[in-house]
Amino acid sequence: MTDLIRKSAAEMAAGLAAGEFSARELTDAHLERIEAVDSDLNAFITVTADDARATADAVDSARAAGKQLAPLAGVPVAVKDIAVTRGVQTTAGSTMLEGWVPPYDATLVTHLKQARLPILGKTNMDEFAMGSSTETSAYGITRNPWNLDRIPGGSGGGSSAAVAGFEAPLAIGTDTGGSIRQPASVTGTVGVKPTYGSVSRYGLIAMASSLDQAGPCTRTVEDAALLHDVIGGYDPKDSTSIRDGFGDFVAAARSKDVKGLRVGVIEQLEHDDFDPLVRARFEESLALLEEAGAEIVRVSCPNFEYALGAYYLIMPSEASSNLAKFDGMRFGLRVIPEDNPTAERVMAATRGEGFGAEVKRRILLGTYALSSGYYDAYYGSAQKVRTLVQRDFAAAYEKVDVLASPTAPTVAFPLGQKVDNPMTMYLNDIATIPANLAGVPGMSLPSGLAEDGLPAGIQFLAPALGDDRLYRVGGALEALLEHKWGGPILAQAPALEGGAR
Amino acid sequence: MSAQPVSANKVREYLDVQPLDFDDAVKTYDPVLGIEVHVELGTATKMFDGAPNVFAAEPNTAITEVSLGLPGTLPVVNEKAVEYAIRIGLALNCEIAESCRFARKQYFYPDLTKNFQTSQYDEPIAFDGWVDVELEDGEIVRVEIERAHMEEDAGKNTHIGGSTGRIQGATHSQVDYNRAGVPLVEIVTRPIPNVGERAPEVAAAYVRTLRDIFRALDVSEARMERGNVRADINVSLRADADAPLGTRTETKNVNSFRAIDRAVRFEICRQAGVLDAGMDVVQETRHFHDETGETSPGRVKTDAEDYRYFPEPDLVPVAPSRDWVEQLRSTLPELPAARRRRLIGEWGFSDFEMRDVINAGALDLIQETVDAGAKPQAARKWWMGELARYAKDKGVELDELGVSSAQVAELIGLIDEKKINDKIGRQVLGVIVEADGDGSPAQIVEDKGLAVVSDDSVLTDAVDAAIADNPDVVEKIKGGKVQAIGALMGPVMKATRGQADAGRVRQIIMEKLGVAG
Repeated sequence: MTDLIRKSAAEMAAGLAAGEFSARELTDAHLERIEAVDSDLNAFITVTADDARATADAVDSARAAGKQLAPLAGVPVAVKDIAVTRGVQTTAGSTMLEGWVPPYDATLVTHLKQARLPILGKTNMDEFAMGSSTETSAYGITRNPWNLDRIPGGSGGGSSAAVAGFEAPLAIGTDTGGSIRQPASVTGTVGVKPTYGSVSRYGLIAMASSLDQAGPCTRTVEDAALLHDVIGGYDPKDSTSIRDGFGDFVAAARSKDVKGLRVGVIEQLEHDDFDPLVRARFEESLALLEEAGAEIVRVSCPNFEYALGAYYLIMPSEASSNLAKFDGMRFGLRVIPEDNPTAERVMAATRGEGFGAEVKRRILLGTYALSSGYYDAYYGSAQKVRTLVQRDFAAAYEKVDVLASPTAPTVAFPLGQKVDNPMTMYLNDIATIPANLAGVPGMSLPSGLAEDGLPAGIQFLAPALGDDRLYRVGGALEALLEHKWGGPILAQAPALEGGAR
Repeated sequence: MSAQPVSANKVREYLDVQPLDFDDAVKTYDPVLGIEVHVELGTATKMFDGAPNVFAAEPNTAITEVSLGLPGTLPVVNEKAVEYAIRIGLALNCEIAESCRFARKQYFYPDLTKNFQTSQYDEPIAFDGWVDVELEDGEIVRVEIERAHMEEDAGKNTHIGGSTGRIQGATHSQVDYNRAGVPLVEIVTRPIPNVGERAPEVAAAYVRTLRDIFRALDVSEARMERGNVRADINVSLRADADAPLGTRTETKNVNSFRAIDRAVRFEICRQAGVLDAGMDVVQETRHFHDETGETSPGRVKTDAEDYRYFPEPDLVPVAPSRDWVEQLRSTLPELPAARRRRLIGEWGFSDFEMRDVINAGALDLIQETVDAGAKPQAARKWWMGELARYAKDKGVELDELGVSSAQVAELIGLIDEKKINDKIGRQVLGVIVEADGDGSPAQIVEDKGLAVVSDDSVLTDAVDAAIADNPDVVEKIKGGKVQAIGALMGPVMKATRGQADAGRVRQIIMEKLGVAG
């Protein structure tokens, strides 16, 4: 492994600017790493080596010509295969879209291209982002770089594994109920779910429109801030896009100052569902913040108790509708039954074969929840819970600047352990879901090693549009922890030698 | 009342019922109407994306990734469509919502790119309005509007291989998504009671009134034959005006005023026959057939419709500011009813003349002709007389004759200046109609030598000849029978091939014979 790929994205950007190495060298180093270890990890569904090299060469030429470049120009990035990429197969982890080549780019992909980040490829994910372990992908499971027999989290396990495994310094994820933060937690990386509406959803294959939000997956808080700057901003193509300005994420990440910051600990997320060492690392992180001048306050969010139930009505309801378009008529898979292939029967056969079990489960749940006579009891009630959760947040933010909890109840669990038990799988998202219901931003960063010597995560939440507060507290805690550990947590991860499996 | 499962025998019996005669039907039963009108808005782009909103382009060319519903795409509301919807709401005396959401109406069909239609469900942009509908005899019927809401059109299926163009018997189907996403406003009436035997006429006149309003607002081309305006007609019968509403049928997509009239008439007769036979009307959608003037049941749905409506999460609510609404209200154009009242005053037409003009679709043409300088009564005379005859002969609408208001105004000008007379005017029009609207009246008069002969020497020669040829008539005139002058004018007009100025001819005859008119 070369030292080049172990740098942070900020260090890579500085090295490129100083001419220490070229964008082409940097990109090639990552492509070599992918070549070496991705047969173990399976973080990528598609690798776009030629496109990445072409972008890198263009950056090098532009730099040589003295042109002004974006801060991350030439620093490679991986994109979750839920974001459509013009001319490059986009699958959402499903058989349904195998071989589908979109004719347009997602807005965030356009931003990456405009800022000239070489795109290394498309990362693996649970089918249509439905899962917490990346085990429901039609393109094979992704493995955790810390332990190849463990899950990398989900749905964005590919993006987090790629970042943790040094295949990419930066990756894009999407978070509907925790799909950026939970994988970050179990891979010892950083993941940010921005304020709903702050990163365009145009071109992201929708699971639950009112909950989905794309964000950065990185190894450092500063890198997340840098990438967030690239992908965020108002988009006229997304009606739910926010016009208001945001704080300076990068400056916040670099401030390392939490004096006077009020950190609220959510009582409802301190219970026994969280493993002891996960909780211990969380408490130690709070203690470090308190030593550094932050004020730790207990707050109550009583309605969080109902958040998971509400989420599992709203999310499948919207998903059942969003996934209706996958019918074999216009794009993607088409299955033609033997006899009497009417349009209706082609649709049924295509959906029967193209969707996996978890996707079907959620379509059925959502179809039922929206059906005549049940709407008020299910979808309607869930929306009321959503309002209550938002009120809990509003009340809490009267008292504190940010909220904190462990990101996920456990460290990475073994592959296959929960994939056949949806209820235990769904419980993984208990701490991450409230932020999606309320549209507020959240960040997960490593809190230390917990059970089985595997990483655990701490989550911070902030009020809507208060993403900069996450970067401030996250950047400060990261520095305190790395000082304590004597370096980044990923330095403690086993080396991947490639071909180990 | 919902449809109950019935035996096959019962169905056959139901289908075999003889319709009642219309007069008997409306004597026995009280018909109630309910009408849903869809109008395609004439915006430059579609309801939720930037694809052009055009008619009759090559199939699947007026599309973007959004109108195709490709994965990842999102809708954005077309502000112009919202403006048009508000203008329609205001013209129909509706309240305008302060905030309203879109919803997803979900069902699987190949012409629906997302397998849901983005529509408005429980929060329409406009509601609680009314419109006055004027019938041919001048009676006014006020129709209450329940709501007007925005939605998107679906694509268009073409079924290939069958004999009828319908899906039955077809081997395959093709879908054109050019229409997918075209903005629609749907206007729904409250039940329209107390129309009795005039139900067919009221239904047609209501849709015509809306069509005229859409045109006046300039929100749609509102061409029925292109499907810009489509009507679903609900009809039910009840024993009398105090009885609860009966079971209704909905006849879908009736696309001309005449068809609306006939469809309502047929449904009244059919339902009356069913009720007279002691059976219940089945609540169902039906289709109207122009060839037979009858309606037939639509496809029977095996399972109950459940559209699973829920608020469209990809769109934020539409919240038109009150300032904007008031600005739109203050800039509404003059609506057809007000315009008719004004023009009756300005032009001096009788109510009867004005109704004729409107029924003939001649109002705009006459307005344009008057604007081009003609006197209103002269414009009415030509459009409602000679030109209406040509239109009738050709089986087209007046505005499809190809004759322009400018040509008619020019023709009237030539007559006013006495360069030609009415008879020559009719000849000139004939030439223009023959040429599908080509040619200027003045040019035709010149080219064909049709100008009125007012050269006294020519006329005097002809008069002299007529006097010489008709001594007996001359005697009568001299004897005091001045009206016999006509018998001399005939030969003069004949000699001048009808181009003589009749007034001048009469004057010369009287001078020659020394009599006073």
